[in-house]
Amino acid sequence: MKVLATKNAAVSTTSFNWKAYIKRYWQLYALLLLPMLYLLIFKYIPMKYVLIAFKKYSIVQKVGEMPWADNHGFQYFIQAFHNKDFLNALRNTVCLNLLDLVIGFPIPIIFALILNELNIKWFKKTVQTIAYMPHFLSWVIIYGLAIQLFAPGNGLVNMVITNLGGDAVPFLNDPGKWVGTYIFLGIWQSFGWNSIIYLAAIAGISPELYEAASVDGAGRFRKMWHITLPGIKSTIVVLLIMALGNILGSAFDRPFALQNNLVMQNAEVISTFVYKNGIKGLQFSLTTAVGLFQSVVGVFFLLFANWLSRKLGERGIW
Amino acid sequence: MANEMALKKGKFGLKSFALSRKKEKDDEMETSRMVKSDGTKVGDIVFVVICVLISLICLVPMINLLARSLSGTDFLVRREVYLLPKGLNIDAYSTVLGDPKYVKSFFWTVFLTVICTFISLTMTVLCAYPLIFNKLKGRSFFNIVITITMFFNAGTIPNYLLMKELNLLDNPLVLIIPGCMSVYNMIIMRSFFYGIPDSLRESAEIDGASFFRILWSIYLPLSKPVIATLALFYAVGRWNGYSDALMYMKNKDFYPLQLLLYNILNNMNSVEVATQEGFSTPGLSESLKAAIVMFSTIPILCIYPFLQKYFIHGVTLGAVKE
Repeated sequence: MKVLATKNAAVSTTSFNWKAYIKRYWQLYALLLLPMLYLLIFKYIPMKYVLIAFKKYSIVQKVGEMPWADNHGFQYFIQAFHNKDFLNALRNTVCLNLLDLVIGFPIPIIFALILNELNIKWFKKTVQTIAYMPHFLSWVIIYGLAIQLFAPGNGLVNMVITNLGGDAVPFLNDPGKWVGTYIFLGIWQSFGWNSIIYLAAIAGISPELYEAASVDGAGRFRKMWHITLPGIKSTIVVLLIMALGNILGSAFDRPFALQNNLVMQNAEVISTFVYKNGIKGLQFSLTTAVGLFQSVVGVFFLLFANWLSRKLGERGIW
Repeated sequence: MANEMALKKGKFGLKSFALSRKKEKDDEMETSRMVKSDGTKVGDIVFVVICVLISLICLVPMINLLARSLSGTDFLVRREVYLLPKGLNIDAYSTVLGDPKYVKSFFWTVFLTVICTFISLTMTVLCAYPLIFNKLKGRSFFNIVITITMFFNAGTIPNYLLMKELNLLDNPLVLIIPGCMSVYNMIIMRSFFYGIPDSLRESAEIDGASFFRILWSIYLPLSKPVIATLALFYAVGRWNGYSDALMYMKNKDFYPLQLLLYNILNNMNSVEVATQEGFSTPGLSESLKAAIVMFSTIPILCIYPFLQKYFIHGVTLGAVKE
């Protein structure tokens, strides 16, 4: 009884004046209204269509009315994993992402280290401006540039090769070489941009450390190895883990712009597979199942990567 | 602090481990001289050369493109154009500028980009600003609602079916509304808002300013750098994006420039495959192709260098978690 009384007292002292609160704070809710409506309509409502992965799609029925697919609704997942094209796309997605990671990940770090060694300010700034440029080009434009550079007949690189007496290399039309071109263009587009974050991390390292190292006679590379790299280690780990978490992710713009019919065996990834078989091929249930598989596995990868990051003693990504 | 420094110094040979505080000042003078002269001249030159090479790798494709767009047909057919135009002429550009198809698409894309940037910035501010108030009831709920959308995306087909249900397919609005806020950019803006001292806001609140007024008179004027950055991000995203038009838009009148370019490149590329087997000669078509690519990339290349100091800051903000 006594406890209850004190509890009541506590409630009444902290009791909240809703009227005054609303009168004062309604403006903030009014501001949030549009963005929340946007998220509801364009991010949450589509989630109801995810059910299509478990249903037999029909154009005339609503999602709730469509009959469930066979095999307890999992018919389309089974079908996907018996589909050679999908398995190929899955393999390509993972392989291309892994190659991007292994080859492309260290390059912005190395570039940031090199930039950090430049003493002439205007030169450093100019190099940065030039290196950021490719990030602002669309993939369609990069595809256009790639044709001008790598076309077998009159591409710049092949003109140089044939002038030097070599044979033209089918950079864009041979499935194996296409992978190299794809990775190269990806690095070309993003290395400068990705170095920004490392440069910022380097700028945060205390200059006293470098001075102290100089006093002790450490040379340029020893300072790089013992001060700069440890100083940006946590940035590197977090970005690496985010990249690992995204290993099954597949953007659409880059592979779709760069692929062509001759290299599809290596170039088809999940996003382009879904576009071609879903929006073009109208196999909505199958491709929704594929997309759902990708999303769910992607979330698990990310959770795992974050767990790993914390396990390694770094801050997680959230 | 001094201890920590001494420890770090210890890693490099213990020479200065026992430096007294008094001595540190003289030492600083000495080190600053040493920092300037410690790297060898040869080392500096090597790094400069590497950077020049890297810059060339970035620039050569663009220079080659420019040279091709300005070259004469004969020289292109004879494969003589490398980095400098030969048989200088601007036929390709006058063809592009004389073709209403390109010009119309160009202005439509400019219009789209301006509208989208404006709407997206507004939405981003509307979403970020209320979330910095600790007293806002339901703030954590809103944050969760936002975070979930970053991790789970319904997917291509569900989005397509939504557009279908909303009657947005083949509607020009489909290029504006569905992408009108990026959660990542919103987080950048929120981080920036957090960096503005609370005391400014609180003193305005005490003076009786409404939340609208605080946003308009305090936050927005102080946020010009981040607004410039996000405007660039949104504008580049819209200018360069083509997948939404590819999926949702069949009406060619509303094709943004990039999708038009994609179709042109693909059609021409198949022509080119034929020419390698000797069916026809690639002439104007090649300089035309180069001119169209140039034409659709110049606006952004003209803008981004001026915003460099802002977007560097913006990228860094995006990486910082609250």
